[in-house]
Amino acid sequence: MRASSRSRGVAVAATLVAALTVLPLVVVLLDASSAGVEEAVDYLVRPRVGELLANTGLLMGVTVPATVVLGTLAAWLVERTALPWAGLWRTLLLAPLAVPAFVSAYAWVTVAPWLTGFGGAALVTTLAYFPFVFLPVAALLRSLDPAEEEVARSLGLSPTRAVVRTVLPRLRPAISGGALLVALHLLAEYGVLEMMRFQTFTTAIMQRYAVGFSDASGSLLASVLLGLCLLVLTLEVVARGRRRVSRVGAGTQRPATRARLGGWTAPALVMLGTLVGLALVVPVATVLRWLGSAIGDGLVDDLLTVTASTVLLALLGGLAAVVAALPGAWLLNRRRSALTVLLERSTYLASALPGVVVGLALVTLAIDWARPLYQTLALTVLAYAILFLPRAMVALRAGLAAAPPELSEASRSLGLGGPATLVRVVLPLIGPSVLTGFVLVSLAVSTELTATLLLAPTGTDTLALAFWRETSALDYAAAAPYAAVMIVLSVPLTLLLRRQILEER
Amino acid sequence: MKRKPFVSRQHRRPLVAALLALPLALTACSTDGESEDAFAAEPGALQIYSSQHRDVTQAWAEAFTEKTGIETQVREGQDSSMGHMIVEEGEASPADVFLTENSPAMTVVERADLLAPVDEETQAQVRDGMAPSSGRWTAVAARSTVLVYNTEMISEDELPDSIMDLADPEWAGQWGAAPGGADFQAIMAGMLADRGEEETRAWLEALAENSEVYQNNIATMKAVNAGEVPVGIMYHYYWYRDQAGDKEGSANTQLHYFGQQDPGAFVSLSAGGVLESSDMPDEAQQFLAYVTSPEGQQVLVDSGSMEYAVGAGVESDPALPTLDELDAPPVDPFTLNSDTVMELMTDASIL
Repeated sequence: MRASSRSRGVAVAATLVAALTVLPLVVVLLDASSAGVEEAVDYLVRPRVGELLANTGLLMGVTVPATVVLGTLAAWLVERTALPWAGLWRTLLLAPLAVPAFVSAYAWVTVAPWLTGFGGAALVTTLAYFPFVFLPVAALLRSLDPAEEEVARSLGLSPTRAVVRTVLPRLRPAISGGALLVALHLLAEYGVLEMMRFQTFTTAIMQRYAVGFSDASGSLLASVLLGLCLLVLTLEVVARGRRRVSRVGAGTQRPATRARLGGWTAPALVMLGTLVGLALVVPVATVLRWLGSAIGDGLVDDLLTVTASTVLLALLGGLAAVVAALPGAWLLNRRRSALTVLLERSTYLASALPGVVVGLALVTLAIDWARPLYQTLALTVLAYAILFLPRAMVALRAGLAAAPPELSEASRSLGLGGPATLVRVVLPLIGPSVLTGFVLVSLAVSTELTATLLLAPTGTDTLALAFWRETSALDYAAAAPYAAVMIVLSVPLTLLLRRQILEER
Repeated sequence: MKRKPFVSRQHRRPLVAALLALPLALTACSTDGESEDAFAAEPGALQIYSSQHRDVTQAWAEAFTEKTGIETQVREGQDSSMGHMIVEEGEASPADVFLTENSPAMTVVERADLLAPVDEETQAQVRDGMAPSSGRWTAVAARSTVLVYNTEMISEDELPDSIMDLADPEWAGQWGAAPGGADFQAIMAGMLADRGEEETRAWLEALAENSEVYQNNIATMKAVNAGEVPVGIMYHYYWYRDQAGDKEGSANTQLHYFGQQDPGAFVSLSAGGVLESSDMPDEAQQFLAYVTSPEGQQVLVDSGSMEYAVGAGVESDPALPTLDELDAPPVDPFTLNSDTVMELMTDASIL
């Protein structure tokens, strides 16, 4: 009896969170529908919208597969082959996470000004986002018991067939989860695409915002974007599959035998070296180069103030997102049903929308219904939680998958109550994942641009805002210090993520 | 799967603690403790919504505070979106003063009946024709449309006589502009007022077809400088600023003034207004009076922004041609219609 009332409480909490995240969508859809059918059709059925759709689709069609291939291949090389200096490569391949995508774009624009449009957009987004696939796949490969693969081999499968039959199915959730993150990021990406002068729905929405604040046309575009997001989420449910990836008890597991690369060693090193060079060395070296010409008076004071407010926002946002994600993730792990999947997916929707859309919706809501919240820290943090919930969710789900219900049930059968089970069994198992989720969200908040612009209290300045201000004025030197601090702040967080992979044993 | 979770948790603790302590340390470092108040509007401070350039607004705000002791706080934004934002905030807008880059954004707020009449003494401080007859706002600065050209790619006598000529097929792919920005949209509002809807529509369609689109004026100028396109439409002051500095973005370029009352000689007014809903109306009026005063206008000139001063009897930077020499088109800046411009630009698939 107690168990069911408890899970009802969790369900209520998860529903509340889902409702909160859907709220901006409701505002957007209501606003869009205020345009009237005829006007909406007039606005949406025209060459410009077709062009935006084609551009968005093209970018997704290239970047998502590219990140999946690069991320998975790199993860396999690092975790499962006799690649020299695997530990170093692991760190280097995660390091691009510390370079915000728009900083990478800024670097590429100054290094190769001719590289604009689709080519630049696809290159920079691929380089910036492949770690989203690398991270979960590497973590999973490390924790995977090699016994299955060995059994498959002993039953006569070739090495390749054994990998395809035993390893790949297990990787499916990690790969599709990573690909989902990449796809959602692409849908909402603004900074990179604006710098690369490649127009998608999100840049068009920003343009609409610039001319009309929150008029119906912007909401119409946002509604189309919402449709695209729904499509992506549906595809991911299909790609993920319904297989359970946890098992009871770790057994006695030993590290997998690493495949010998032989003649492939050199090509593998060249590939990883190129990847790291393009994704990490180019941005960091460029920022450092500009930094040299940016040192001036008053800079340090300004930088400290801006950094302090950025860090505070990042921590609050991370905390809010993790707390909000916990009920949904738990529910999904324990009671997977059509309803819980729907609840989880609904929290993904708002995050695929650009920050400006969620920001505008919250501005409208606050002005009309919650005036005291307008331009407050609380509303800003709420926006972060809504925007970045999936990051926390993905991490928490991975953790909960490693804490199967049977363990909690065993603990309860041994006489521990719900809270004690949570503290003594579940939390230790999912603790690392909670931290991962927290870190992922904080990273995202520290580089968030448009929602911050709209919602933050007057007088708030963040690294991303300052960086964007200087970059828009094409003052690359003045932008460099903010870019440098964003990178430096992200380094400890990235190291933390690296530990996460290492501890997956 | 995860063995020894307790051990790994203990390992992680110092790291987490360090991470959590980071903001505290940073806050402590930030010298004057300002960041404690960084997340709240300062009570008693004049709230200035500004889409003007940051350095200009700050120069005015700081000089004003120094002179009057009235604290100010600036919220930055972009012209059109900020104007609409104030309308959406309505009567309860936190803003006391609104400063724009171009007047159409102010007109948006004026039409929503949210502006208080500007003090007559303030209106009397600016040049004739620089404040609307409604008396609800006043110009605080001005900027001129120009054609920037790459001197290595095109000679002076090959330049078009009128901005309208750029729509001709011979100019296809030869010119750049930043149609997404408020500056350009103000120029279009001027063209619309001067040449009417048909001509403006045709010109915008040519723009969508023939021009290279850049993010903003500076990007346009740098593209012309780098030889991506021979000519570009922009405002004058970005060029003068770059020339006064290291010329990195303009060394290969010159400016062409259309003059002759051409739509390409449009002069855009930066506007200042006081919100009717302001809870500090006297201070807000004081601020506007200061900005338009000879002293405040001198702050603008000295800020190096290279925008035109609009105060009666105040000289703009000597590097600039005078406002009278610009021979701007006879457009009433107070009836500029940005809504129709948006529609035309949407129809032309630019937005």
